[in-house]
Amino acid sequence: MSELRTEEYHLSMGPQHPSTHGVLRLILKLDGEVIKEAIPDMGYLHRGVEKMMENRVYIQIIPFVDRLDYLAAMNNNLAVVLPVEKLANITPPPRAEYIRVIMCELNRIASHLVWLGTFALDLGAVTPFLYCFREREPIMDLFEMAVGSRLTYNYIRYGGVASDISDEFIRDTKAFLSYFRPRIDEYEALLTENPIFLQRTKNVGIIEAKQAVAYGISGPMLRASGVRRDLRRALPYSVYDKFTFDIPTGTVGDCWDRYIVRIREMRESVKIVEQALAGLPAGDFKIKVPLNLKPPTGEVYVPTESPRGELGFYFVTNGTNKPYRMKCRAPSFCNMNILQEMLKGWKIADVVAVLGTVDVMLGEVDR
Amino acid sequence: MSEEKKIAAAELLIECRKLQATYDYLPFMTAIDYPEKNIIELVYRLQSTATNETLMLKVELPRDKAEVSSLISVWPAADWHEREVYDMFGVKFIGHPDLRRILLPPDWQGYPLLKDYTDPNMIKKPVTI
Repeated sequence: MSELRTEEYHLSMGPQHPSTHGVLRLILKLDGEVIKEAIPDMGYLHRGVEKMMENRVYIQIIPFVDRLDYLAAMNNNLAVVLPVEKLANITPPPRAEYIRVIMCELNRIASHLVWLGTFALDLGAVTPFLYCFREREPIMDLFEMAVGSRLTYNYIRYGGVASDISDEFIRDTKAFLSYFRPRIDEYEALLTENPIFLQRTKNVGIIEAKQAVAYGISGPMLRASGVRRDLRRALPYSVYDKFTFDIPTGTVGDCWDRYIVRIREMRESVKIVEQALAGLPAGDFKIKVPLNLKPPTGEVYVPTESPRGELGFYFVTNGTNKPYRMKCRAPSFCNMNILQEMLKGWKIADVVAVLGTVDVMLGEVDR
Repeated sequence: MSEEKKIAAAELLIECRKLQATYDYLPFMTAIDYPEKNIIELVYRLQSTATNETLMLKVELPRDKAEVSSLISVWPAADWHEREVYDMFGVKFIGHPDLRRILLPPDWQGYPLLKDYTDPNMIKKPVTI
């Protein structure tokens, strides 16, 4: 009888695994159930957006970025419009800026709701998923009313927004906000103190503050580790400096902290939308900008706070009507870098919890 | 707010070790291809989380020998950014422990974000505006 051979156990999780939220593949090297090494494998959704942009005029760029982070298309629209406006010296009217903030914050709530629902579903709780999608629906309806589409908006344009918001929109948004606020308590009642949820998330996948900064983590993940850094406050863009809101932070940096930070962020977003609706100035919703925009030669980068973290587009221009180079700083891509470190030593079931709280969006990871 | 600084490729690692004391955060790094000047320019955006001071660090590499030391030891955040630049521009990062393609398949030929990259499947569509 020949000697028995032993081999390291490799498990390929994804790219069709439901909890990888898209097409992420994780190669897990296991010792029993414990992860010795996790190697993320991406690129299944790579569409070469950065290369395509070198052959597109500026107005054609906006619909493309809708498809990077398709759960927060408004935030992507804003992130790509701001640097071009800065370079071409376009100042949108105040009403447009306020509408942008309203749309972006509503989209942040919608994005966090999808995250919360799917995250709870991954951990085995089905009810929050149904609740979250129930509340996401009216936000989609609001967008449909203002924009005409429900997922990819192409709404924020150079020099303003595509169309003005109606009185019905304002009325319905106000109604939604007063309806939505108690709903957050409902989610919290289901999850925050739930013993099963606590056991799955407390002290799981800890990132320390120093480590988070060194790895270039941003957004709710960074704040959950206790770093009080929100780009809406740190490097204000649009009219975010006009609103008062808190920056929720965590203490330990575990999965539960990342959950509670996002829950609290939804409450802050509600506050911001309320303030923006109350202070919405009258006037134009856009200024006239040439269709064939030719920003001067230069380079520009404006970081913005998307629901997932620091989102920015780095433009290098050469005076023509197409960018010479456009780089997308995608928050999910940078936040996932730490995954290899985070997963070491945890069990397979924890991968789902950790990956869930990273809130990956493969559309922008692969670009 | 944001400053700019150009340094030579050979000094990058030593210089960045000093800069790390001020700029603890690396949001992103990328590359830009200039075939007519025969260089590939690397751009590092460095930031301080305490003061938000920002520095755009630039390094020029010759196109035919695009090699530079990896900054993984200074900012671990550089890991995937360097892999992406390698994937798209073919820049070699010396000292990177795992320099593989990240978005494209491992058997892909060429570096797509170089300006002179062509592929038989690429369609040239005229822009009508």
